[in-house]
Amino acid sequence: MDLSYGKQYEDFRAEVQTFLGRNWPPKGADAELPKEEGARRFRARASEHGYLNRAIPKQYGGSEQEPDEIKATIIREEFMKARAPGDVRGIGTMMLVPTLLEKGEPWQKEKFVAPTIRGEIGWCQGYSEPGSGSDLASLKTRAELVGDEWVINGQKIWTTTAQNADYMFCLCRTEPEASKHAGISYLLIPMKQPGVEVRPLRQMTGGADFNQVFLTDAKTPKDWIVGKRGEGWLVSRATLKHERNSIGAAAQSTAMLAGLVHLAKSTQRGGKPSIEDPEVRQRLATIEGYVRSHEYSGYRQLTLNARGENPGILQLLNKLASTNIGSEVAKLALDLLGEDGLLDPTVSEETVVLPTGSRSWIGQYMYSLGIAVAGGTGNIQRNVIGERGLGLPRDVFADRSSGK
Amino acid sequence: MNFELSEEQQLLQQTVRKFLDNECPTTHIRGVFEGETGFDPALWKGMVEMGLAGLHLPDTFGGAGLEMIDLALVSEALGWGGAPGPFLGHALAGLAILLAGSDEQKQRWLPRLAAGDALATIAFDEAGGLWQPEDWALEAGRKLTGSKVNVPFASFADVFVVGVGGGGLALVEKSAGGIEIRSMEGVDRGRRIDRVRFEGTPAEALPKGVEASPRVRDAGLVLLAADAFGAGSRLLDLCVKYAKTREQFGVTIGHFQALKHQLANMALEIEPARALYWYAAHAFDHIPKQAPRSAALAKAHLTDRAMQIARDAVEAHGGIGFTWECDVQLWFKRVMFDRAFLGIPSVHRERAAKLAGW
Repeated sequence: MDLSYGKQYEDFRAEVQTFLGRNWPPKGADAELPKEEGARRFRARASEHGYLNRAIPKQYGGSEQEPDEIKATIIREEFMKARAPGDVRGIGTMMLVPTLLEKGEPWQKEKFVAPTIRGEIGWCQGYSEPGSGSDLASLKTRAELVGDEWVINGQKIWTTTAQNADYMFCLCRTEPEASKHAGISYLLIPMKQPGVEVRPLRQMTGGADFNQVFLTDAKTPKDWIVGKRGEGWLVSRATLKHERNSIGAAAQSTAMLAGLVHLAKSTQRGGKPSIEDPEVRQRLATIEGYVRSHEYSGYRQLTLNARGENPGILQLLNKLASTNIGSEVAKLALDLLGEDGLLDPTVSEETVVLPTGSRSWIGQYMYSLGIAVAGGTGNIQRNVIGERGLGLPRDVFADRSSGK
Repeated sequence: MNFELSEEQQLLQQTVRKFLDNECPTTHIRGVFEGETGFDPALWKGMVEMGLAGLHLPDTFGGAGLEMIDLALVSEALGWGGAPGPFLGHALAGLAILLAGSDEQKQRWLPRLAAGDALATIAFDEAGGLWQPEDWALEAGRKLTGSKVNVPFASFADVFVVGVGGGGLALVEKSAGGIEIRSMEGVDRGRRIDRVRFEGTPAEALPKGVEASPRVRDAGLVLLAADAFGAGSRLLDLCVKYAKTREQFGVTIGHFQALKHQLANMALEIEPARALYWYAAHAFDHIPKQAPRSAALAKAHLTDRAMQIARDAVEAHGGIGFTWECDVQLWFKRVMFDRAFLGIPSVHRERAAKLAGW
């Protein structure tokens, strides 16, 4: 065991640090630019050096680097320390780009990949529907080919960023006669058109991160389909097999714990700092047991991923591990706040990662639940862990179709 | 970055597991459980022959010169196998003599301990949960008078490492006389514990005892955490196997989400915690500043997690899980030992809080 990255990688780290020292925050004439333009130029330069867009081929605007989990980790660590902009985040770079690279037509890659990774166009994901959550393949939104266009009718829900998106990648039923999974196609749909209406969905926190999207004779060109007709389910499963962020979620957990300890030092209980209260100390140390387990399991996953070995059940546990930690942190935080827990948390949205003030902690008490549900509820995760991780038999489905 | 076992380490673990599969099936564990003494000389001899008695002692004393991580991996394998025997006390007493003993004391004892010619144990706890070096009140001196409790396999030990007032360590030979040993009827019948009463018993100080005793305690915490991980994983494995074979309503019960989710939660509780004990073991030799706190967190977290898994395992088995006949009880009791020995989890959480400066 050796928890250092080794000389070769420390040299690489020094190189990244030098690059950051010279380029971020923007220097010289760049410092005068508007913030967004400065970030754009910085990203372009970082990409030229092979620090960003590493999985994307050069012809589509990426830096096309050999997969290297350790280098990717070092880049993330150093960029975060320097507060420098990293890869453009969002559902477009996370989900659409990998899908297009694996399953898209050359012209689709040309048209969409580069502007997406540069952050010039934004995407939203049209998967969930009011009647199709965990059982996504039962979706009902229909697309019919009329002449040279698809005509789409239906309703999508939980659509993050739909209000700003330029396009939606959308699962639609195009083959009504086919079986459940075989009737679905993967379409790309322009959002700025009369047939698309976006209505925000107000959350219990008061904010509105999600939307409902109503598609009423919405249109998209015939060839804006990824994969063939009826292959949409398989297309939607494509993922980027390049570099994983093995320790990213755990880094968030450790940051949350640090924030919680800070909160315990700055609040009072019984006329003394809360951190001196035996119950608070026990709960903090209990949470830390989970946080460190998660953190060190991340080191192990990083090691195995870097060797091209499969970390097995560990990676199936990541999401539930981090959302459980988020819940425990939020629950203790609310207790530390005491009477402040009566306040209305009209929460600002950047509080998800490391909340500090009281109001954002109260928001976190609710927000941690939203994160636990997003991308598959805890119970869905437990099914995956049970079936793929422990080899238990699959659930019995009433409709006899599981798609796998 | 390399946070994974080497091939040698994997082989070490496999070797111990295979040995236990062959020599120590659950029928054998049951025999020891039901037996008079809880001590199985043949099984211990087998472990000694594999080098487990001196794994962490330098080769100049006949040991293998390995690190805490290796010792912990063995401890995990013993926990998984539910192996009865004196490994824990013997390993810790050997470590204490190595860290605190004079050259002469090391020469006298370590080769015999590594070769399994003599059995050693630790006598730390004083009634009232006084396990930690700063808790010890037994008066130091050339003769000891007073009691220690929860001493593993005292009746079979040839030599005791005894914690004394001020946090020091004393060496007491069984043959010195003035020692009265009574069984305490411990819950883990594969790792028996005794009450030891010293009455003017001749003792010699281990010269560096005060510096070494917290290290020995920390080593114990790591080994108990590792053992609990092994036992917890085994309990989960028993449940998964049962869920795949037991049928109700015409299907194996693993089909039912209620049980599937319970088992998934157990996996979530135990599996990531493997890295916690690895880290603590690694820190013991390589990150001295973090070693005490990592050991405390690992012991507190893992023994609590494994204990809850043991309780869940009884429930997952239904009525049969509550019977003496069901194997769950063997590991349930093993985890009870791991949890209470050297101090319950809350003691070590509080220590971790202090060590963090909270």
